[in-house]
Amino acid sequence: MIFSMFTACAKDQGTSTDADSDSDVIKIGVFEPLTGENGGGGLQELDGIKYANKMYPEVLGKKIELVIVDNKSDKGEATTAVTRLIEKEKVVAIIGSYGSGVSIAAGDIIQNAKIPAMGASCTNPMVTQGNEYYFRACFLDPFQGRVMANYALGQGAKTAAVIMQNGDDYSIGLGNFFINAFKELTGDENSVVDVSEFQVNDTDFNAILTNIKAKNPDVIFAPSSATTAPLIIKQARALGMNSLIMGGDTWENPAVIDVAGDDAKGIVLSTFFDENDPATEEAKVFVEGYKKELGDKEPIIPAVAALGYDAYLLVRDAIERAGSTDGDAIKEAIQSTKDFEGVTGVINFTEEGDADKNIAVIKTVEDGKFVYIDTVEVK
Amino acid sequence: MTFEIFMQQLANGISIGSLYALIAIGYTMVYGILRLINFAHGDIFMMAAYFMVFSMVNFGLPWYVSMILVVIATILLGVLIEKAAYKPLRSAPRMSIMISAIGVSFLLENLATYLFTGVPKGFPDIPILTKAISFGNVSLSVVTVVTPVITIVLLYVVLFITNKTKIGMAMRAAAKDFETARLMGININRVISTTFVIGSGLAAIGAVLWGSKYPSVYPLVGVMPGLKCFIAAVLGGIGNTTGAVIGGFILGMAEIMLVSFLPSLTGYRDAIAFIILIIVLLVKPTGLLGEKVTDKV
Repeated sequence: MIFSMFTACAKDQGTSTDADSDSDVIKIGVFEPLTGENGGGGLQELDGIKYANKMYPEVLGKKIELVIVDNKSDKGEATTAVTRLIEKEKVVAIIGSYGSGVSIAAGDIIQNAKIPAMGASCTNPMVTQGNEYYFRACFLDPFQGRVMANYALGQGAKTAAVIMQNGDDYSIGLGNFFINAFKELTGDENSVVDVSEFQVNDTDFNAILTNIKAKNPDVIFAPSSATTAPLIIKQARALGMNSLIMGGDTWENPAVIDVAGDDAKGIVLSTFFDENDPATEEAKVFVEGYKKELGDKEPIIPAVAALGYDAYLLVRDAIERAGSTDGDAIKEAIQSTKDFEGVTGVINFTEEGDADKNIAVIKTVEDGKFVYIDTVEVK
Repeated sequence: MTFEIFMQQLANGISIGSLYALIAIGYTMVYGILRLINFAHGDIFMMAAYFMVFSMVNFGLPWYVSMILVVIATILLGVLIEKAAYKPLRSAPRMSIMISAIGVSFLLENLATYLFTGVPKGFPDIPILTKAISFGNVSLSVVTVVTPVITIVLLYVVLFITNKTKIGMAMRAAAKDFETARLMGININRVISTTFVIGSGLAAIGAVLWGSKYPSVYPLVGVMPGLKCFIAAVLGGIGNTTGAVIGGFILGMAEIMLVSFLPSLTGYRDAIAFIILIIVLLVKPTGLLGEKVTDKV
């Protein structure tokens, strides 16, 4: 992957002197974390985008070139990375990013440059809010938080504790939506017995978990990156806590099971997609083809890869319909997308630029594998 | 707060504190002799954790063999870094060597990202260390209990080396006055290499204990421990080994007690380390056990 970044740079130096409008490629920027705490998820999403590019390599009779930049899971790096895509690489549209925080940080630059962006798995409402150039292919955190609160209730939970990462828009957002939904559903203001925050790069959660242990909640909801999740899970179990432990879509990453080992058994998470239940024709073809592409690399198709694939297809479809690479034309084409058959379902966009989705998949871990439990629909 | 919860938090504090202490010794020794804050120390620690992953997971070696290999490999890495990045700059201004240290730090982080990707790897399970034991409602893993013991033992080993051996005397002389020590016929290069051997060895042992407690290894895993242990070293009086250990314990305990007694401030846990650093620098810049520095004119 780093190789491809280098070649992308090298190619650019060759062509940057040429007039871009005359070039025979159309550049689409891919804005993902390939390193840092969200590196694992970013790579999965990137693989989905690359596979989509392999399947559908052309638009308007020209080749699509993916220009990949690494935002390093860092809000500061994110603005630099997206500026590079727009100013230097002259991309016509951008796909990404995994991690809402970096997407929000890049939002203003994208809006000012009038380059449409298609988020794949960034679920925080603020990504698209007030930004008519930012769209996304996934559901939102208010929905996801409600789904998880619903599930917890269904398991007979009456009290919950929430652990969030300070400064991470995804984690804080999802945590708070869960808190609100859980309080509302239980009808009890005191049903959330503990809310704790930790800092980026923290590895020690013993102190927080010991506090929570004293309050003995039925569930612990800890939306966090795949890097921190297994540490929270392991330390909670080591402290002798038996509560149900739940997270969001970021937890569907082999790293969580790999690191947490046996302790990962029984954790519950919500995600966007399940390979055993393809929603559309496109999905059937995708599951078959991508399984082969993945080989032994991953046991199941990660939902973010499916979303990355959809995001690419949505952008390509919009460019095709717009018949031009002009930013505003593409933006309008995306807005007017009608019943687009993606891998993760049929996609239409709301006023705000969000995919109109109301289905989430709930999974757990058994025998060291992610296992499908339920598909939840919320009206 | 019940008594049991308090005891659990106390154990948490001692455990993280002793890990900080162990790694802080490496910082403080290098500073004592070279007057260099070895910013790459946290990354050497990270590499040691990766070495452990490779020897146990990829080569399938038993943990005690791996442990020895990891210590040797980390020491080689530490000495190599010293030879390649610090030695050529020995007569350069102190700032240059510091910048070189920052460069090495970034190099190691990016090299690790390139070689091992940013995806976290699970630290191999060492059953003898990760086994849980419980005292009533207080639940601890073996590593939590043995880390403070190992730290204290190693502190005594380091103190013995620096106070009672010939190379230790040379180290103290070099720490006092680099140039004079050289003129007195002390092999400065050997002294410095020994310092890096000890510092890197401790980082390797720290990494194994850290990994058993927090079993996730990724290229930036050394950043926070590196910063915290640097602060611990400054708090104890940088250059003073016993001070580093005390600083580590205080820092670990302060963090845990903040979370324990002021749960609403859990998000400021890292801030407390930096607040302590600022207070120390304002009130007693030499740290708790630091010596008074007389600048040569």
